[in-house]
Amino acid sequence: MILDSKIPEGPLAEKWEKHKFNVKLVNPANKRKYDIIVVGTGLAGASAAATLAELGYNVKAFCYQDSPRRAHSIAAQGGINAAKNYQNDGDSVYRLFYDTIKGGDYRAREANVYRLAQVSVNIIDQCVAQGVPFAREYGGLLANRSFGGAQVSRTFYARGQTGQQLLLGAYSALNRQIAYGKVKMYPRTEMLDLVMVDGQARGIVTRHLVTGKIESHSAHAVILATGGYGNVFYLSTNAMGSNATAAWRAYKKGALFANPCFTQIHPTCIPVSGGYQSKLTLMSESLRNDGRVWVPKAVGDNRAPQDIPEDERDYFLERKYPSFGNLVPRDVASRNAKLACDEGRGVGTTKLAVYLDFADVIKRDGLNTVVQKYGNLFDMYAKITGENPYEQPMRIYPAVHYTMGGLWVDYNLMTTIPGLYATGECNFSDHGANRLGASALMQGLADGYFVIPYTIGDYLAQNPTARIETSHPAFKEAEAAVQTEVNRLLNVNGTRTVDDFHKALGLLMWDYCGMARNAEGLQYAKQEIRKLRDEFWRDVKILGVNEELNVTLEKAGRVADFLELGELMVDDALNRNESCGGHFREEYQTPENEALRDDENYTYVAAWQYTGTNQQPVLHKEELKFENVKLTQRSYK
Amino acid sequence: MAGNNPNSKPMNLTLKVWRQKNSQATGKLETYNIKNISPEMSFLEMMDVLNEDLLLQGIDPVAFDHDCREGICGMCSLYINGRAHGPERGTTTCQLHMRKFSDGDTITIEPWRAGPFPILKDLCTDRSALDRIQQAGGYISVNTGGVPDANEIPIPKSIADKAFDAATCIQCGACVAACKNGSAMLFTSAKVSQLALLPQGKVERKTRVENMVAQMDKEGFGACTNIGSCAAECPVGISLENIAMLNREYINASFTSENV
Repeated sequence: MILDSKIPEGPLAEKWEKHKFNVKLVNPANKRKYDIIVVGTGLAGASAAATLAELGYNVKAFCYQDSPRRAHSIAAQGGINAAKNYQNDGDSVYRLFYDTIKGGDYRAREANVYRLAQVSVNIIDQCVAQGVPFAREYGGLLANRSFGGAQVSRTFYARGQTGQQLLLGAYSALNRQIAYGKVKMYPRTEMLDLVMVDGQARGIVTRHLVTGKIESHSAHAVILATGGYGNVFYLSTNAMGSNATAAWRAYKKGALFANPCFTQIHPTCIPVSGGYQSKLTLMSESLRNDGRVWVPKAVGDNRAPQDIPEDERDYFLERKYPSFGNLVPRDVASRNAKLACDEGRGVGTTKLAVYLDFADVIKRDGLNTVVQKYGNLFDMYAKITGENPYEQPMRIYPAVHYTMGGLWVDYNLMTTIPGLYATGECNFSDHGANRLGASALMQGLADGYFVIPYTIGDYLAQNPTARIETSHPAFKEAEAAVQTEVNRLLNVNGTRTVDDFHKALGLLMWDYCGMARNAEGLQYAKQEIRKLRDEFWRDVKILGVNEELNVTLEKAGRVADFLELGELMVDDALNRNESCGGHFREEYQTPENEALRDDENYTYVAAWQYTGTNQQPVLHKEELKFENVKLTQRSYK
Repeated sequence: MAGNNPNSKPMNLTLKVWRQKNSQATGKLETYNIKNISPEMSFLEMMDVLNEDLLLQGIDPVAFDHDCREGICGMCSLYINGRAHGPERGTTTCQLHMRKFSDGDTITIEPWRAGPFPILKDLCTDRSALDRIQQAGGYISVNTGGVPDANEIPIPKSIADKAFDAATCIQCGACVAACKNGSAMLFTSAKVSQLALLPQGKVERKTRVENMVAQMDKEGFGACTNIGSCAAECPVGISLENIAMLNREYINASFTSENV
């Protein structure tokens, strides 16, 4: 298989313009003859569903939550990047492009990233028009803040709830189309398989989470906007229900999965407090604008933070990276926190934490300013830990947050299956080996509002308008397969709970395929995951039947997929004999413990093809060509 | 291995939990004893522990809605000891921690109780009526593209902040559950206020308030009698002021409606 990324010819800055002119259009009267399925209603899904419906297509949108507004984009805190240069501090489309490519450690596609930077400015305009209440200055114009990996202030925000406000904007646009009857919304419905007819994606099979009804839906194209797979690790900042099932089932139907080992570990999360822990909570990166990260200089210093004098503290990010300081990118900040803890300088009772200290900014700007800027985050911290972060420093530790890998897509966001698209975190295309803060919201909305509405038309225009009934044998076959899989789970009748398996998998992934990896550990993890998977299918305990609200059954299906995906992540991490961004192979590092890339051998996207359960997947390579940016050792010193 | 309070002792609790097989079945409170609950656990983590225990005993685990577990998605609910989202003010159930309870406590856990929120199973209810109120007008009618530059319309900071405060509603339904009339006024008013305050939203302000209120009534939510339990129990602090604003918007629209 040759992977054709379909990147348009011509200079970088003109590619998207030219491409928009060259794509085929569907005339307005014909749009109503096409049906499009959108799975997931976060930023990428809701924006796509609303925009496609506005254009005149018939849209069916699906989410597993009880309302489309609850998709996990809602939890994004800090902000959204855009190259508006409202601050007159030297920002530009090119600089946002450059920062993103560099931040991704040169493992993303130039053309996609440039397009992302170009449309970023339209996103802000769109959101303001929808009534998104971004933070403003006293003059009434929009405010900005800084984020990691950039030296300009280009992040737009709505206190610490930017994701919520952006999603509510997209949700309102979606609601308008639901009211018009152009979008049919299916909440509490989970996609369990992709249906293909003559090699094209033509629909999905779903299970209704209250009634258990297994049902088919037919369309001319399918968009997966189902988010990332961070919950492979059990503990992550993802929502409890976030899962990889839709993307994974598409992979098993032939869509390639790209760079699965590229996971982002976010440096500032509230540390784990016990074995009962169900999820980890992020403390926004925006806190690193003012908070200072430190640990005691001495190993085993058990004094309370306020008793440790200034000259016995190590502000390690400021010391090692004077030009970016506390605002280094996430992978760098996380790795350094881990190093400090590995040296025995961690803090708190578990010693797996570092301090994030606001004493200086409170002294400098006053308590009120800090409350204004970060109040809700401080409250959240206090609720979870029972500690007052205005009086003592926060304790933070890295946690799994985002997955840069995902379904392989071309420039049109189409997967290797014709008619199947992947947008937002679900695809792999824009963030390389490390995503910069405030860029996930940007990508989700860019894909949904401004990219897919153009590119999907090009595909539809070349395909007939005739619909396929769900009585077609392909649908019946897929439904039967889903039913068989559900029965298989219900018939195991084992002794161990789903959560127990999930926790065991998570621990393996965190220990051997987390912040640091090495070949030996990865090989061990691969064997252990296979064993765990076998045991799952022999011994998992699920009660009840399919025809009811059965939470254990839902979870079991998702964990079964994680048990397969985890192995693919390990395969990918083993294959990539270099360190880059969030993928840190201990064998490949500079003397200063920085990631050591191997550009000669690994400047490619690793796209994996499914060949069967317990079979080795086949690796396909998409060479990355850098025509505009020079590859260098990433430095934030 | 508590993070911050090494002296905190595990607790033993008695739970009285509403169990109901499905929307047609009759429900009742079941009593469960639960041991060794760390004060550092969140309330829902305590429920996870209960469910793991039940599963191993071959008893159907308790179904409850939840997702983000960081207080923002609005999916979690629960009436805990007679209060929406439990005893702590300004907190969703997922952000409530067991340190708010004491060893030996009995905790009663029920679903939201309101006519327009039918019970699906155990503690899960159907809150889609709230979505339908939003669909009736909770938006500004702009299509993607063709909008002015974001800085073209300056908005005074105080107005933008006020709109933001109203916009933080998480649509959990606690206001309805807490209201003796089962009214959705606080919820509806939050969206009406947010959009009426902003210049972008003023164009459709009259039809919006008329349509949203009409839908609210159609769904069977009760009337508002200005008791204020909604605002007192709201986990994100949506202010009662919004209801006053909704009333003003509604009266203004009634007198000057374009829909006559």
